[in-house]
Amino acid sequence: MDLQETEQERTFRAEARSWLRENVPRDLPSGDSAAGFALHLEWERQLFDARWAVVSWPAMYGGRDASVWEWLAFEEEYYQAGGPQRVTQNGIFLLAPTVFGFGSKQQQDTLLPRMASAQDLWCQGWSEPGAGSDLAALTSRATRDEARSGWVLSGHKTWTTRGAFCTHLFGLFRSDPESSRHHGLTYFLVPLDTPGVTVRGFARLDGDEGFADVFLDDVFVPDDAVLGGVGQGWSVAMATTGSERGLTLRSPGRYTATVERLLDLARSRPVRGALKDRLVQAWMDAEAYRLFTLRQVTDEQAGRGRTGESSLNKLFWSELDIGLHEAALDLLGTDAEVVGPWSKGFQFSLAGPIYAGTNEVQRNIVAERLLGLPRR
Amino acid sequence: MYFALSDEARDLRDGVREVLSTACTPAIVRSAWDIDSSSVDTLWTTLGALGLVGLLVPTAAGGLGLGDEVAVAVLEEAGWAGVPGPLVETVVAAPLLAAVGALPLGLLEGTARIAVQRAPVVAYGQQGHGIVQLIDGGARWLTHAAARPEPVETVDGSRQAARISEQGTLLPAAPEDVTLATLRLSLGTAAFLLGLARRQIDLTVAYVSERTQFGVPVGSFQAVKHPLADAVVGTEFAWPAVLRAAHSLETGDPDSDLHVSMAKALASDAAYRVSRTCLQAHGAMAYTVEYDLQLFIKRTWAMVADWGSAAEHRDRIAAHLRLKERTAL
Repeated sequence: MDLQETEQERTFRAEARSWLRENVPRDLPSGDSAAGFALHLEWERQLFDARWAVVSWPAMYGGRDASVWEWLAFEEEYYQAGGPQRVTQNGIFLLAPTVFGFGSKQQQDTLLPRMASAQDLWCQGWSEPGAGSDLAALTSRATRDEARSGWVLSGHKTWTTRGAFCTHLFGLFRSDPESSRHHGLTYFLVPLDTPGVTVRGFARLDGDEGFADVFLDDVFVPDDAVLGGVGQGWSVAMATTGSERGLTLRSPGRYTATVERLLDLARSRPVRGALKDRLVQAWMDAEAYRLFTLRQVTDEQAGRGRTGESSLNKLFWSELDIGLHEAALDLLGTDAEVVGPWSKGFQFSLAGPIYAGTNEVQRNIVAERLLGLPRR
Repeated sequence: MYFALSDEARDLRDGVREVLSTACTPAIVRSAWDIDSSSVDTLWTTLGALGLVGLLVPTAAGGLGLGDEVAVAVLEEAGWAGVPGPLVETVVAAPLLAAVGALPLGLLEGTARIAVQRAPVVAYGQQGHGIVQLIDGGARWLTHAAARPEPVETVDGSRQAARISEQGTLLPAAPEDVTLATLRLSLGTAAFLLGLARRQIDLTVAYVSERTQFGVPVGSFQAVKHPLADAVVGTEFAWPAVLRAAHSLETGDPDSDLHVSMAKALASDAAYRVSRTCLQAHGAMAYTVEYDLQLFIKRTWAMVADWGSAAEHRDRIAAHLRLKERTAL
């Protein structure tokens, strides 16, 4: 075992730390409201200009060719410095791996730099009113338009995070009307200013307009709006779910930094015995998540990765996030009802077991793919 | 950065798995409830012949001279097999005794097992060839002949505990060696517990995949799948903590005790949860002494408390984190 960083990794971390400490904005409002989102975009563009927006990407697209170890170090430093949520995450963390994996050279050259510099802002168009956990039940359709060399999209996507503030949507549509379930789906990239698109934002549990309905009514997109081949949508999309559930979306630095703030809060006052145990648990869980990801990356690099493992990440980080916010609210006592970072964070944490595939679905995946239990 | 078992540890673990698959069958684990089990004696001499009993003993003293990383890999595997007897205690006591030139005859060969005492009731106190008594910053050595053990009945019959009131002779052990032994007992037990947990999951997955009710295998029901998935999350996230603590002990990390406490707290909780979940998933089948699961469940119950319960280790972590407890209203 070797838990030492290399000279290069140490230098990378130190550079990230000093830039972030200098530049991280203080007291940004939530990025899930129109006004807040605009301020977050300024921060995203500042990150991009200093080449810290997408450190693991190739330099030609605005990155630093950072290794996964360096990316983990960057994330740790980002949250330690108090860096805000990344409003670009659905593009840079969820869509980008798919573009790198399945996009044509031309798609990569066109999409990635605009995504990294927060000029194009991407939202995810998967869920529909009748297709949530059962994503393969989706009915939004794509009809071939030979004359115009493209496709006509129709349907209704919902629960689209920050859809009201984004400029583009990536989503799954049924391109073969004869198909069912996960066959005959195609992955499309849709500018939201295309005629026929209507976006209606609505409030999440915490009151922010973080959700949107996206209605598509005979929306024409050209052939190069297809990512990864006609009819290949399901396997292309599944490549993204691994990133969404696993390490890429929720790196351990986020939780180790939050736990530090929780412990600072706890040290400022005497703690009841029962609560002390939960604080210890929160600290252990954040550490355990960090160690698990180090083991996971090591094993993946050694060719020992397991299918379904990202579901373990998702089950763990989502419960960990709730646990540490519940402990904070208990520490605050009657002040817990006052709107502030902990109450906001608590409400956000409650979404963790729901988004990116409900935890019930993740438990099925762990049981069936990791343990080998019989499917229904 | 490389945070996983080394190839060396992996190879040794695989070798141990191979040997134990025939040398430590459930029938042999079951036979250990009888104090005169000759198959347990044979198993221990097999472990001795492989060098595993002395794996932490320096080569100059006849051991394998290996470190904590290999030790946790081997003990996890021994846990899966349910190796009876004081394996964690003997493996940990061996280098402590070797350091003061007091390695008992036959220890490295697997014919002399060592119990370790911290409380009046000592696990394996009936069968130990000698007892290391841990006291504040030091250790004593008590031979079995002088110990006058009074047998105590235990839930897991293979534990063969005894109440011991005699005091042995002080060992000239260095305080840091005693501290290291104490930490190794907790960490080795954590690794063993995760092996026991893995075995219970394996038995349960096999059972619920075969057992049919309502015309389908019961393992196809989400009511069975989900608790098992949650139980596995616990063990999956405890193992890296065990690995890190092993690395900290090997490298002399100043926070070794914190890391060991975290490993034992997570492993105890995870293994206990696995035992509850697996018992429930079997229905009445596992609520019998005839079915093998009870062998691993009862060992788990005993070992979650060995060398610090989860609660005890949480208290130590709280002190590390400088959390002050409120005493009055």
